[in-house]
Amino acid sequence: MSHRFTPKVVTANALLEGDAVWLTADDRWTRDISEAELIEDEAHGQIRLLDAMAQAGTVVGAYLADVKPGAHGPEPLHFREAFRTRGPSNYAHGKQETA
Amino acid sequence: MYQYNEFDRAFLATRNRQFRAQVERRIDGSLTEDEFKPLRLMNGLYLQLHAYMLRVAIPYGTLNGAKMRQLAMIADRWDKGYGHFTTRQNIQYNWPHLRDVPDMLDALAEVEMHAIQTSGNTIRNVTADHFAGAAADELADPRPVAELLRQWSTDHPEFQFLPRKFKIAVTGAAADRAVIRAHDIGIQIVARNRETGYRIIIGGGLGRTPMVGMVLTDFLPEVDLLPYCEAIVSTYNLLGRRDNKYKARIKVTLHENGIDTIRALVEARFAELRPRFSGVDQAMLRGIEAQFAPPVFRDGDTAAFEAARANPVFRAWADTNLSAHRNPNYAIVSVSLKKHGATPGDATSDQMRALADIAQRFGHDELRISHEQNVILPHVHKADLPAVHAALKAADLATANIGLISDIIACPGMDYCALATARSIPVAQEIALRFEELKLEHEVGPLKIKISGCINACGHHHVGHIGILGLDRAGIENYQITLGGDGTETTVIGERAGPGFSAAQIVPAVERLVMAYLDLRTGPHETFIAAYRRLGLSPFKAALYPEARANAA
Repeated sequence: MSHRFTPKVVTANALLEGDAVWLTADDRWTRDISEAELIEDEAHGQIRLLDAMAQAGTVVGAYLADVKPGAHGPEPLHFREAFRTRGPSNYAHGKQETA
Repeated sequence: MYQYNEFDRAFLATRNRQFRAQVERRIDGSLTEDEFKPLRLMNGLYLQLHAYMLRVAIPYGTLNGAKMRQLAMIADRWDKGYGHFTTRQNIQYNWPHLRDVPDMLDALAEVEMHAIQTSGNTIRNVTADHFAGAAADELADPRPVAELLRQWSTDHPEFQFLPRKFKIAVTGAAADRAVIRAHDIGIQIVARNRETGYRIIIGGGLGRTPMVGMVLTDFLPEVDLLPYCEAIVSTYNLLGRRDNKYKARIKVTLHENGIDTIRALVEARFAELRPRFSGVDQAMLRGIEAQFAPPVFRDGDTAAFEAARANPVFRAWADTNLSAHRNPNYAIVSVSLKKHGATPGDATSDQMRALADIAQRFGHDELRISHEQNVILPHVHKADLPAVHAALKAADLATANIGLISDIIACPGMDYCALATARSIPVAQEIALRFEELKLEHEVGPLKIKISGCINACGHHHVGHIGILGLDRAGIENYQITLGGDGTETTVIGERAGPGFSAAQIVPAVERLVMAYLDLRTGPHETFIAAYRRLGLSPFKAALYPEARANAA
């Protein structure tokens, strides 16, 4: 029986600013998760994660995070990942600041 | 206050120069993250959920106006205009950029502060009673000893790679305001036959495996403090488990080996170490003590204070936020960083500057940070209290809630912390706002709520009268309640009340608990914790889970 693969994005923190970033299909790091590459294949996910980990001069701590496809691009599944797309809830800091 | 000598300044300058070069090498690609991470952690720089976080030590919670002003300057220049004071008397900046951190550290060094050993498996910031040097019930000021321990533990070559982090707290009073029984080593200054010495408690700690510390010795002569502490840490360094980080703290070492075995090992090691301490440490301690000489307290009548009490706003503040000073003309002022709806422990740069001004003008230039995330003005003449209150009010710092239900300890939780499993801050904000709305907190009286956003228990939830632990239950924030905890000289780990509550249910659950207490207490003199001790878990559990009672009926 084949297990259903939960779609993923590659995410990390930017080396200089420390904020959350996501890997796009054209190998950029974006601050907006909806621009991230939606990964629907497990093997491809591993390759993209290796690509990300090779960029140690740009990002820190790359990993694969679960997402669901949305109307405007990938959307986080877990609340922790949702917080990373916004910032803290006590002040409009982080990504909410520029939004 | 301790003033750096040439050695301290040179040491710090060297470390900051080294770290600046390490940051440059990380950015230019010469260092990998694996190589850089231990170096940044040694200097207090974490990578959190949304940004880097710089944790700066405030040794034994003591600041003066100049230091506080510099903390404000750093917040404005390199962060977002505020800082977060923590349960271990540190200040955290939540938004630094990597390139700026070396400049921040240089700015800290200008006022004799640093971020060394605020992370990693080392001896962390030595904390102390925030009323040190001022409290009416104090035997001796614990800060000279804390400073001696700070100097001994900073860059101690044997203790840079311990099995796990190691925390020391010191108090000079029997009333424990420093949670010494929940530290790896807790030290209480005691007297025996007019000789000063120390009660040494080890193996306390919260976190995943909460334990109340055990007394290793009831009386350690003053001269033996450093060799004895070195013997404890040295014994732990060899015996502590490195195979499992969840079992690596000294509390587990103590539990697995037993207090008698540990005591025998420490004594044997102490016998080896004692002759190597020539007495230089004691000479240094005398020098440090001289730097902590109490201020020259002013005489003068306190009529202005008595007169101001006619004002109900001032009286409410005075009743909750003042504590007894050893000089009857003085008071200790606790400044609440817990305005209803605000983030516990946060102060803006303007507030920091206001506190610096007030300390310099009315408080002998002394400030303290408490483990309960408030700021203390330890020495205020009672005649100046109306002016201090007015100045605090102007800075939005006059909330009259010390020790009450809205004076909540909360860790940063998942709003900032990479380790967190749920948020803490919004729960604290909502509880405080709810009880403000009910106008009940003064009627409820002393009640300590402590909230942690993960099992590591930075928010001390195990020792809260009401403790709240935020967890991730199948992808949803879930809050577990513990009851009956106590972080004082009668330390008790709270009891888990039952299944957790969702984010939407947790505030109503706390409200049911408090309403049940108001019904159950014998009168306003019986505090929440006293009622809990008298009645036990059961009636509070019934209030928390009314549906269970309905189902059973």
